[in-house]
Amino acid sequence: MKPVFLLTDLFLFALVIAGAFYIRYVLRAPQLRANWRLALQRPAAAVSAVVLGFFLLVALADSLHYRRAGPPDPKTGARVWAVETRSALDFVLGPIAAAQERTYSSPLAWLGFRKETFERDGKVVRDYPRLKYGGAHLSDPDSQWAGDVAWRSLAGLAGGALAWALGALAILAVLAKRSGESFGAMLRRVARGRTQYPVRSMLLAAGALALAIGAALALSTGYHVFGTDKVGASVLVAAVKSIRTALVIGSLTTLVVLPLAVAFGVTAGYFRGWIDEAIQYVYTLLASIPDVLLIAAAVLLLQVKIDTNPELFETALERGDARLFFLCLILGITSFTGLCRLVRGETMKLRELEYIQAAHAFGVRASRVLVRHILPNVAPIVLISTVLQFSNFVLAEAVLSYVGVGVDPKTHSFGVMINTARLELAAEPVIWWSLAAAFVFMFLIVLPANLFADAVRDAFDPRARLRSPAVPAGTAAT
Amino acid sequence: MFAFLVRRVAYGLAILAGINLATFLLFFQVNSPDDMARLQLGGKRVTAAAIQQWKAERGYDRPSFFNGRADGIDKLTDTVFFDSSVRMFAFDFGRADSGRDIASEVARRAGPSLALALPVFIVGLGLSITIALGLAFFRGTYLDFWGVTVLVAMMSISALFFIVAGQFVLARVLQLMPISGFESGADAWRFLLLPIAVSVVARLGPEARFYRTLFLEEIGKDYVRTARSKGLSEPVVLFRHVLRNALIPILTTSVAFIPLLFMGSLITESFFSIPGLGNYLIEAIGAQDFAIVRAMVFIGSVLYIIGLILTDISYSWADPRIRLQ
Repeated sequence: MKPVFLLTDLFLFALVIAGAFYIRYVLRAPQLRANWRLALQRPAAAVSAVVLGFFLLVALADSLHYRRAGPPDPKTGARVWAVETRSALDFVLGPIAAAQERTYSSPLAWLGFRKETFERDGKVVRDYPRLKYGGAHLSDPDSQWAGDVAWRSLAGLAGGALAWALGALAILAVLAKRSGESFGAMLRRVARGRTQYPVRSMLLAAGALALAIGAALALSTGYHVFGTDKVGASVLVAAVKSIRTALVIGSLTTLVVLPLAVAFGVTAGYFRGWIDEAIQYVYTLLASIPDVLLIAAAVLLLQVKIDTNPELFETALERGDARLFFLCLILGITSFTGLCRLVRGETMKLRELEYIQAAHAFGVRASRVLVRHILPNVAPIVLISTVLQFSNFVLAEAVLSYVGVGVDPKTHSFGVMINTARLELAAEPVIWWSLAAAFVFMFLIVLPANLFADAVRDAFDPRARLRSPAVPAGTAAT
Repeated sequence: MFAFLVRRVAYGLAILAGINLATFLLFFQVNSPDDMARLQLGGKRVTAAAIQQWKAERGYDRPSFFNGRADGIDKLTDTVFFDSSVRMFAFDFGRADSGRDIASEVARRAGPSLALALPVFIVGLGLSITIALGLAFFRGTYLDFWGVTVLVAMMSISALFFIVAGQFVLARVLQLMPISGFESGADAWRFLLLPIAVSVVARLGPEARFYRTLFLEEIGKDYVRTARSKGLSEPVVLFRHVLRNALIPILTTSVAFIPLLFMGSLITESFFSIPGLGNYLIEAIGAQDFAIVRAMVFIGSVLYIIGLILTDISYSWADPRIRLQ
């Protein structure tokens, strides 16, 4: 086995490490800590964090790539690596992905989707064929199917509940130990929702996730939970694999936006003069070009480069990954202008304040003023607009892929899923499951991202707290 | 005012020149016409002669910036740069790969685009403001809480979903209107109703929520307190005082988008097969027609810059304290 590090893998892991450093930094800075506490005390935000954390784990598992050893070269005896690059997630989903049908099949079906002509008991008939894997274990599907599905889902739910209960007990035990209470007292406190953080809501969210995963896994042993697509591949696998692409687009683009916007915005706002003029010219220029057009132009050019230099990439996965990386880059370049303008305005306001003038009077160097006084004060608006943009990037990917300038058509992504599935809706009978799976998964990522972003904004922007909807008494206790 | 306009237009031209140069460098230097030809003609088995012919047909076989072999002024004008960039300022975009004149195609398609985009803009703005005002009126109640919750959920749904669901439910299952297509003239509304409705719903979430915060910010100001302490009723305060003042930032920022309405909407037009500019662009991207993409970049930027100037003018018109200089 040989580990493979794709470009986006490296950046994703770098981002996680940077996140860990940020958390350490927050824990040591009382003011930041108080703000984050305020954000996470909101049940919606805490639940969103649990869901997003789960998706992040899936994405990270999908980012541990490796290539298996193939049979050694018969002549030289040297080791040869398999052409196919797999990830840890592929390994987990392996059995589900391996059960490939010939073409479409609806969720939990045991019969094919369209009638075919085949031989049965020596006679040529035209009927719905049995699926190769879906429900293949049933001897008399007509009578057994409902019972079998019910039994499997119950077993899955029970498994999920058990796993959740064990995890919840462990967490409660740790919490009890940390606060020095007895386990029973802690349990009562959590159950009544009398904890500093909404532990009860978080545990319930984790429980819902555990139940859903348990049921999906249990049903996957005999059926295709979300059906199969045109080539017979499981839609569930495609949807789960798309999670990584969505998160990579959301987070990596942010990584491009942040340094550009902050560096240009702060320099323009602080130094003014011709530097300001030049930077303003650049970002007005970039903002003037409609985003989709700039992205389309850039991606078309990239496609030319990739097509004319096939030797740059060893595998198809690397090619798709390079395009994904480039897409994040260009998406970042087209969308940093808004934040840049914001940072510039904020810096211009800050530099006129007394304490900065005092610093100047003491002869503090400009670089030091920027790092010590300006940067920490623009950080909140940067953070707020960063989290607010995340979900926009995830949604933008689907649109761009639809237009044909998104990720590589072979990369798993929600946009690609929607794009390939949209014509299926015109089929008779309707093939709805690919689209439904893509939209549901996207919603499950974007909604928590939006709720989380709202909480962060309200916590870090004191003005926003007044504006967010006041929760009437009674609903707050969830 | 006049001096301001001249300066802004000059700045706009400077921006346009920059965009033009940038796209020229992108398309012709980073990426050579040879690459383009190979992509268009397909694969690696293209002969050098075929590439040469492809380039000659489009005039891409000339030098980029300076033609040493030509005479006089032609040294500068008989180049790829002059032909494909400078001419754009006269709205002469040359021909698409299909042989059609891009400028006349754009003019022909702007109509359907506008027929879709303009109603969406007006109805969307009106509906968003109405909903936002309603939520602001009932602020702090269950209605406000659940209204905002629904808006957040709506903005978490991909715009593609609204289109797909709208097409499926309204056009296919209920058969209330055609699924897609377009007809010019008086019959167009039958085809436009569904795309307009779907686009309005898709943008309602983020817009209404944003306007609600604007209204609430306005409600916190001193003049509102004064109005209340005069004994005015809450509806009068809201509709006569707050609405008017909050409308100023809403309308002045919306002005920037009016010119861009000509560009049409990519996704909606393509899903509903409306022969507008958005659809044109998608077709061009699909066919990898670089001339059209470049022309659309240019047109889009011109419209954006016009929008910026209009915003400045509307600011000074709405707020007499701002003077244009």
